[in-house]
Amino acid sequence: MAFLVGVVFALLLLCLSFIIRLYHVVKTGSSYKPGTRGPVAVLIVAGSGGHTTEILRLMECLSAAYTPRHYVIADTDGMSQEKICTFERSKHSDSESQFTICRIPRSREVHQSWSSSVISTLDALRYSLPLVFRLRPDMVLCNGPGTCIPLCVTGLLLGILGLKKVSIVYVESICRVETLSLTGKILYPIADYFFVQWSSLRDKYPKSIFLGRIV
Amino acid sequence: MNTVFVTVGTTSFDDLIEGITCPETVQVLKARGYERLVLQAGRGSILPAADSCPHVRLEAYRFKDSIAEDIRQADLVISHAGAGSCLEALGAGKPLLVVVNDKLMNNHQLEMARQLHKDSHLLYCTCSTLTETLRTMDLSVLQPFLPGQPKNFANFLDKAFGVQ
Repeated sequence: MAFLVGVVFALLLLCLSFIIRLYHVVKTGSSYKPGTRGPVAVLIVAGSGGHTTEILRLMECLSAAYTPRHYVIADTDGMSQEKICTFERSKHSDSESQFTICRIPRSREVHQSWSSSVISTLDALRYSLPLVFRLRPDMVLCNGPGTCIPLCVTGLLLGILGLKKVSIVYVESICRVETLSLTGKILYPIADYFFVQWSSLRDKYPKSIFLGRIV
Repeated sequence: MNTVFVTVGTTSFDDLIEGITCPETVQVLKARGYERLVLQAGRGSILPAADSCPHVRLEAYRFKDSIAEDIRQADLVISHAGAGSCLEALGAGKPLLVVVNDKLMNNHQLEMARQLHKDSHLLYCTCSTLTETLRTMDLSVLQPFLPGQPKNFANFLDKAFGVQ
């Protein structure tokens, strides 16, 4: 009996410390300044179609200080790889281009049902965990495809375990004027920097950052 | 030759293709000085033949790798409410008339077209008001659409991360 109480007590303690760490990691996110120590390693989640176009627009203006750049695309996406290679060749042609492209299963196809989305997201987590643990980026940049949820959650986990602070930067798609996307709603509480591109969204979500249209 | 380019993106939008090629609408286009009509008809069931519209030069196709060239040549772009099509036409500085597919309710893509209309960057109608809108529209009320500024995003991140 005493053993059982001990186990329950230990589990409660573990949960509590997990929650305290989670709170600490999310609250202190904006004081993390990886750029003062050298290049910033970035994990970029390119979704497909419009998402990829928008994220490459954002990457256009980031300086070479953001190196290396690891792009993650869904394994069912045939178009993004070429767009990314073309972009990298044109922007960083002078220096030795430091980028990689990784593929993971897609969390949610368009029109996929909610219940099966949960299962496929868990499945995607199996691939996201080793990927993010291995790459240990300073920041994850994403803009809406469901694929970014397991990657951001893994980044958060690295911080909770005290292995590496991973800043989560989320930019809501320009298509979203009045309401956040499902991914946006899920990532709003845990993102360190949450950008929206229309003032009506800023008014609804006080934590968000509004700099006008940025893509 | 004054050209109208109609695009439905990757979807199907038969009502728009039918509406723009009906004799009454073609008359209106002709009266406004448009002589050439290019249709990107997507997955729709209708693909009008080149000789189906007397009075205008008609070209129709389903898909192309890039519609940038057709947009560049157009004097007026008529588009479905898809965000990608709207941004491409506005980015090219073309007057844009968005035709909303009222059979697709609560489509989140409509949010952006509606907002851009509120900000006077585009004209906005449905299939049932298409002919009337073309007849009475005033393109001079449209405000130029300035491109987004990713530089602002980069500056913000540099500061937040302490990048020199």
